[in-house]
Amino acid sequence: MKESLGTSGLLLNEPLLWKKGKKGRCGFSLPRRDVEPASLDQELIGEGPDFPDLSEVDVVRHYTRLAQWNFGVDTGMYPLGSCTMKYSPKTNEKQAGLPGFTGAHPLLPSGLSQGSLKMMFEFEQYLNEITGMHSTTLQPAAGAHGELAGMLIINAFHKKQGYRRSKIIIPDTAHGTNPASVSLCGFRPVPVTSNEQGILSVESIAEIMDPDTAGIMVTNPNTLGLFEENIQNIAEIVHGKGGLVYCDGANMNAVMGMVKMGDIGIDVMQLNLHKTFSTPHGGGGPGSGPVSVAKHLEPFLPVPRVIEENGAYILAEDYPDSIGKISAFHGAFGVVIKAYSYIRRMGPENLKKASQLAVLNANYIKEMLKGTLHLPYDRPCMHECVFSDKHQAAQKIATLDMAKRLMDYGFHPPTVYFPLVVPGAIMVEPTETESKEDIDQFIEAFKAIANEAKENPGLLHHAPKSCKVKRLDEVTAARKPCLAG
Amino acid sequence: MKEISEIHLPDDVRYAEDHEWARLEGNKIRVGLDDYAQDQLGDIVFVELPQVGDTFKQGEEFATVESVKAVCECYLPVSGKIIAVNTALEESPELVNNSPYGDGWFVEVNPGDLSEMENLMTHVACMEKLKGAE
Amino acid sequence: MIYLPHTDEDIFSMLQVLGIDNLDDLFSTLPEDCRFNGDLNLPEALSEWELNDHMSTLSQNMAVSPEYKVFLGAGSYDHFIPASVSYLLSRSEFVTSYTPYQPEMSQGTLQAIYEYQTLAARLLGMEVATASHYDGATALAEALLMAVRITKRKKVAISSLIHPLYRQVVQTYFEPTGYEVVELPYLNTGVTDATGLDEMDDLAAVAIQSPNFFGCIENLRVLGQKTHDKEALFVASFTEALAYGLLKNPGSQGADIVGGEGQSLGIPRSFGGPALGILASGKKHMRSLPGRLVGKTKDLDGKTGFVLTLATREQHIRREKATSNICTNNSLCALAAAMYLASVGGTGIRKLARLNYDKAEYLKKELKKAGFTITFDSPTFNEFVVEFPSGFEATHKHLLEKKIIAGLCLTPYYSELANHYLLCVTETVSKNDMDALVREVKS
Repeated sequence: MKESLGTSGLLLNEPLLWKKGKKGRCGFSLPRRDVEPASLDQELIGEGPDFPDLSEVDVVRHYTRLAQWNFGVDTGMYPLGSCTMKYSPKTNEKQAGLPGFTGAHPLLPSGLSQGSLKMMFEFEQYLNEITGMHSTTLQPAAGAHGELAGMLIINAFHKKQGYRRSKIIIPDTAHGTNPASVSLCGFRPVPVTSNEQGILSVESIAEIMDPDTAGIMVTNPNTLGLFEENIQNIAEIVHGKGGLVYCDGANMNAVMGMVKMGDIGIDVMQLNLHKTFSTPHGGGGPGSGPVSVAKHLEPFLPVPRVIEENGAYILAEDYPDSIGKISAFHGAFGVVIKAYSYIRRMGPENLKKASQLAVLNANYIKEMLKGTLHLPYDRPCMHECVFSDKHQAAQKIATLDMAKRLMDYGFHPPTVYFPLVVPGAIMVEPTETESKEDIDQFIEAFKAIANEAKENPGLLHHAPKSCKVKRLDEVTAARKPCLAG
Repeated sequence: MKEISEIHLPDDVRYAEDHEWARLEGNKIRVGLDDYAQDQLGDIVFVELPQVGDTFKQGEEFATVESVKAVCECYLPVSGKIIAVNTALEESPELVNNSPYGDGWFVEVNPGDLSEMENLMTHVACMEKLKGAE
Repeated sequence: MIYLPHTDEDIFSMLQVLGIDNLDDLFSTLPEDCRFNGDLNLPEALSEWELNDHMSTLSQNMAVSPEYKVFLGAGSYDHFIPASVSYLLSRSEFVTSYTPYQPEMSQGTLQAIYEYQTLAARLLGMEVATASHYDGATALAEALLMAVRITKRKKVAISSLIHPLYRQVVQTYFEPTGYEVVELPYLNTGVTDATGLDEMDDLAAVAIQSPNFFGCIENLRVLGQKTHDKEALFVASFTEALAYGLLKNPGSQGADIVGGEGQSLGIPRSFGGPALGILASGKKHMRSLPGRLVGKTKDLDGKTGFVLTLATREQHIRREKATSNICTNNSLCALAAAMYLASVGGTGIRKLARLNYDKAEYLKKELKKAGFTITFDSPTFNEFVVEFPSGFEATHKHLLEKKIIAGLCLTPYYSELANHYLLCVTETVSKNDMDALVREVKS
């Protein structure tokens, strides 16, 4: 029997910051004072924030111990569906840390920031090429921010035509940010159900598309890991009544170099650099959500735009139809550097290979686990596959229990309970950076857990047992929120 | 979660399609969420109630109930004006789970049209419906 | 390719399990007319060493200190970041983990963000802070939308001395909503003129930035009072978080919601991003807050632990009725801020903030002595506006060649302020640098 990946280990308790330290300690080297204190109206001076005083040793031990309680991609496999937890190359961190970039003020005169402007300009070209779209903005600071920008662009387009359209069609498989972004923009989301094959049918769109609909928001490949095969016909119907097609590009990792979204009817889409383009997730951010558009939507992009003029790069503001600004400055520049580095290191052939291997890994897992877990859509998947807990219902084991038990085996659980169209959904996206051995180990772990579900379900109900904490009381956390110490 | 046969549906209230209940008490109507709904939702963490004085038509959204992972809209089973609101739910939303027909009540309504109670299901009809949907 | 571990053998045996011959067959569900059959027109792959050279060249084509003396603030500030903070932030358990939806495996991130929430709330004098937003501008926009949701009124008044780019973001966010955004003018003392509020009705919120874009400290207490007289919510904003190490915080002056920028706290400027949007409110408005919230709770054994909570406000549950569409928080940036504040400490932050103030006052004094006009006489923190003589544009340009960036010209943002420049001095600027600047502009 092969040794389990998950084992026991020594973790240390670490109190909250303000329970540590002693008054007068400091972990910051105060710079030399070379000016006299100036007078300051006492009325303006506050009491100062109630922060602990900690030495550098206190701070380093604190965060080192906290880090050890965490599991990251660098620890092990993190197969979260629709999140694309691929390996983040360390050279990207190095590039983003170069002082010429980290020290740069965003409002430097163009002539003094040619390095960053050139990088942004080139990166926009790369994304145009990969998506098959005409122009790109790097201003959105996250995927959801990009979705908002996309909705604002669609709104601006219709307004310019003189219409005020009120609806956007959204498939039932959509990520929650989709209807939320739609609402933020003053549209009403109109739901549409996917067919028995898990994709959108032309008829269902034709039925509801009307001149009051601003457009449709699709995810392609969708959240079931399936390619929306009818996308071109759907786009035709939407365009036919004057609407626009937005594509949530979160799942771009499945099709790089194989599909150009701009060629299949998409008018506007966002990419997630922290997904497809390897920038690290940071425990929840920062991300970056560039938006790429077809030519007819270019005038509406946020300003400023990076353009090339006489061999140099400048920031241009003169776009009267622009939606304006959605970030104070240029977006998550420090994140963009990492994605730029990734694309330069991979090159065109490896980007395509990455997508192919991501799809290979997902299909392999699907094939190997479909006996063990219920597979609602038994057809070739793209970069992710969706199972459910139907086979385990008889043992009163739910998706949640299997997910928690996976932790004891040394894996981060897949996405659970999403998409909503599959009850008890388990969405697995291995990405291309997981090796066959690691995937085989994951498959073994899941099979062992399914076995435990039959022989010893208590192990699952009480999981996890090897983490810093056991299952947490989320009910009390919501009933009596304690959000600050 | 309970089996359908374990769901408690008392006979002194009427039931709406979405599992709100209404009880006639003198000339006012008390409203809450039935045992099936509270069981389905699981541990309730928060209830958002309207203000005293608000008016609603039958079937209009008047409250929301939250568990950790879900939100459920509640629709008023009879038209009327809200004359009392169960402020105890702010501190103790679990009352809805523990005593859905008693201390877990939501609002008291001054009804606009008492005959609307006839449109609601009896406990027998409600149980039939639950069994049918199984 | 070193990030793609599959050998040809691996690929072959996996394809066998799937019963197909080559990788292309994996894409059988891709309709023919959706396929791109060419090659991506991108530059050939670089080795790690070639990338180093390439990026090195790009990054050297940038005007940064110490080579350049950059007297710029305006929403992006140069502060010292301790080596310990950069080092701790590189721990891959923090960097490569995801949103803590599985709390048992993410207690590190969760406790760290709970600590960040607490420190941010204490800095601002508020009861609750969220787990962070993209930047100060979007935090302000979200704060205003939150006020609209709470009061159910459709108009907000914002000071014209809020950062011009923040106001643009607010306008962009508000454009499709149909809500009205009114701007309050400013007085010749360099602070907001709120007399217009007297005539306004149906206000959801009044937003003031302090220190404002001119660097001047606003009288938040009085403005807050006026706002509450109108039964509106008082929204305070800021671009320089360090100011509250010294000045009275917005919470103590009556702010109901605070939305501003935390980049000064241990986050490099990085050409404007990623940044740190800080959003805070009182407990009574907690359920209207957009964004993630980490809460403290206990596990099955009674041990303290942390979880994401009040998730029913968020997009993944509430969907179209969510308080916002936000999914990410800028977690690693929030972590940087917490590490920075933990390192600087309560005693240290007062000294550091005071040093910023004193250094800026020194430059002000020297410029005055040299005959230049300090436009606004309101007290400032570490930024202030100087009126240079007509034609200064040429001098400013000339100074660029001498590697001195003598402030930000205000005319593009306030056309009435010709020859006015916004200068910033932080603890990173030495007395010698300031003396050199004064010498250069004098001549």
